[in-house]
Amino acid sequence: MPTKTVPDRNDGNFLQEVQQASEQNLTRCYQCGNCTAGCPLSFAYDIPVNKLMRMLQAGEKHAVLSSRAIWLCASCETCTTRCPNEIDVARIMDVLRHMARREGLVAEAPVRHLWDAFLTSVEKHGRVFEVGMMANFVKRTGRFWTDADLAPVALGKGKLGLRPHCIEHQDEVQRIFARFREQA
Amino acid sequence: MNIGVFVCHCGSNIAGTVDTEQVAQAARSFPEVAFATDTMYACSEPGQAGIIDAIREYGLDGVVVASCTPRMHEATFRKTIGRAGLNTYLFEMANIREHVSWIGKDKEANTNKAIDLVQIAVEKLRRNTALFSSEFEINKRVMVIGGGVAGIQAALDCADGGLEVVLVERESTIGGKMAKLDKTFPTVDCSSCILGPRMVDIAQHPNITLHAMAEVESVDGFVGNFDVKVRKKATYVDWEACTGCGQCMEKCPSRKAEDRFNEHVGTTTAINIPFPQAIPKKAVIDPGACIMLTKGKCGACAKLCPTQAIRFEQEDTVVQEQVGAIIAATGYDLFDFTLYGEYGGGRYPDVVTSMQYERMLSASGPTGGHLVRPSDGKEPKDIVFIQCVGSRDHSVNRPYCSGFCCMYTAKQTILTKDHIPDSQSYVFYMDIRSPGKLYDEFTRRAMEEYGAKYIRGRVSTIQPRNGRYVVKGADTLMGSPVEIEADLVVLAVGAEASRGAGALAEKLRISYDGYGFFMEGHPKLKPVETNTAGVYLAGSCQGPKDIPSSVAQGSAAASKVQALFSRDKLASDPQVSSVALQRCVGCAKCASTCPFGAIEMTEFRGMPKASVVETVCQGCGVCAVTCPQGAIQLQHFTDNQILAEVNALCPY
Repeated sequence: MPTKTVPDRNDGNFLQEVQQASEQNLTRCYQCGNCTAGCPLSFAYDIPVNKLMRMLQAGEKHAVLSSRAIWLCASCETCTTRCPNEIDVARIMDVLRHMARREGLVAEAPVRHLWDAFLTSVEKHGRVFEVGMMANFVKRTGRFWTDADLAPVALGKGKLGLRPHCIEHQDEVQRIFARFREQA
Repeated sequence: MNIGVFVCHCGSNIAGTVDTEQVAQAARSFPEVAFATDTMYACSEPGQAGIIDAIREYGLDGVVVASCTPRMHEATFRKTIGRAGLNTYLFEMANIREHVSWIGKDKEANTNKAIDLVQIAVEKLRRNTALFSSEFEINKRVMVIGGGVAGIQAALDCADGGLEVVLVERESTIGGKMAKLDKTFPTVDCSSCILGPRMVDIAQHPNITLHAMAEVESVDGFVGNFDVKVRKKATYVDWEACTGCGQCMEKCPSRKAEDRFNEHVGTTTAINIPFPQAIPKKAVIDPGACIMLTKGKCGACAKLCPTQAIRFEQEDTVVQEQVGAIIAATGYDLFDFTLYGEYGGGRYPDVVTSMQYERMLSASGPTGGHLVRPSDGKEPKDIVFIQCVGSRDHSVNRPYCSGFCCMYTAKQTILTKDHIPDSQSYVFYMDIRSPGKLYDEFTRRAMEEYGAKYIRGRVSTIQPRNGRYVVKGADTLMGSPVEIEADLVVLAVGAEASRGAGALAEKLRISYDGYGFFMEGHPKLKPVETNTAGVYLAGSCQGPKDIPSSVAQGSAAASKVQALFSRDKLASDPQVSSVALQRCVGCAKCASTCPFGAIEMTEFRGMPKASVVETVCQGCGVCAVTCPQGAIQLQHFTDNQILAEVNALCPY
């Protein structure tokens, strides 16, 4: 294994940025591994959670932000609940996803597109319009067959309306999005 | 008064952020200051010599040292000026380190504050008077609170040194936690074989009085003359008559009493002797489980007892003990693991604590030394040990390392292999803490010779599955989650302060930390002393400790008591209250507020007057603020001195 280069190991600002944005003290992590032990998605991760925490401490910005694990995280917060040092690990994962988007390092593009399709639909209708969201997702990714096998069952149960169903006062939801964009 | 002011640099501790030379210069302009200088280390030998030289050269009769906290060096400098022939109370200290240089970086502001503090000290010193100690007799008996291994060691060392010892134990037998252990690390020698003889020594020593089933109720008095009330709880058995034969236990029909000695692995009889080597070996009735005491009928034990020792009508008694010193050796309690819901929170029968496991390993324990699953009595094959349960965990307010769990877990894996040769132990650990003679070799032996599989990571959850338990943890060295199916899970629970430690500390007037452990006098230099003269510490009441350290502290505390008692008389602190007779109107308010009972009402020419018993007065000053006439004053802290300090700081 090649030795890591010094600049990659010592991006001290990166740790600071993550700590500031997540309001968490990452130096508290002592590598007990409880986050990895409890994570239901560890099997799919390219980098286990506890190793991500260590890489954050070491300032390995590029490797962390281009990992697939941060996009596979389901935000179930088991890691947060179990952490003996009271680090909100799930919140850090969320911060890392934001940073990866800004840096253009998203390793799991379909996950990102699903989030975007979901939010676009919510902004437009005040709640999610499933068929519209899926159409948007397919348009973004070209993955036509993703979960297509579930459609007949969902249709049969009336869970997949063909027309949008808006909420009352959907402008209020839109104002939330507008406020977010102003602050961003 | 000719006052000398010495401003200490304390290396760069003070001089780094305070202009000490400027402070000395400013001090020269204060009233009655005849000499002022700055000095590198006032407490060093040349520093002290400089003070003595200046006293002689400039005819100083009062000294101010501006340096660190008086807790550190007030006694040092008092001795210094004493050597130069001054009364030791013509001395004041200005704390310009803890109160100034260590807490601020602005050099100008720091210097100004240091000048203010020196001025306050000078103004107080101008009003100081020479004070003289008197002497008082000391009672050379010592009380040891807690009969665990630390208390036993302290008691035996004191008693062997010729002192009379009173040992107070909360349970019905001494022995503490060590008596519950099967074997001890790193030698794997039998715990009761090495502790048992010491316990017998306690029982047989002519200098030791043992009060078991007893707790300290109140502590009055002061070093050399403590007056302790001890509540002896009702045992419902006349211990003078009880021979410890154990026949009562065999016939007692109530078998639902909680078994504290066996860590609640099963239950026991309502009349009980906890274990065969108990000292004193006397029966005790649990009033909550006894049929006679709850329902008014039964009395099987009373009918059977060959010496008629049963006394259902017995009540608590309070005995008074006069002692000159007290050693607190109250030990620790185990962390309550039910706070961890992910480990079952106490709902899984085969998830046990390390101490319960220890009782199961012991031949005198509830399973007769056979390792079995509590749920079905079967022999376990795969045993998982989880370390740091209630240690190094912020989320349960136990961020400290309990220190001994790594070692006892290694010991338990070795014993497990000895008991069940075809078993496999797994240990989830975070770091192995084994600093000590032969300690690291011991943990390596558990892995290398006994085949315990150590996995570096914490356990996230334990889930029951088909009568076994799936332990889900991480192997951080592999970087992957791991799952192990176990028949039995042992939680290495950490140590926490003994229940009731805080209440005892308040009775003893000693301080305790945020976790309830007693505070030592100094973290390095006074490990067994406290800030209350005559009260000493031994063992885990000061912080988690293994057996060798607890024994060492027991001996250390005993040697401190021996040193204290090597004198026949002690010098009293003259910083006590005194009454100005012409002002006292005899209202007796001071006598009623004094927390130490140090004020007596006397008669002077037919008028009632307050009078202070100097050896009892602790110098707290409550009387001084109570007196409507200002007649009673705390010497060295009179109203005039305090007002002069305030005036120095707020001249306008």
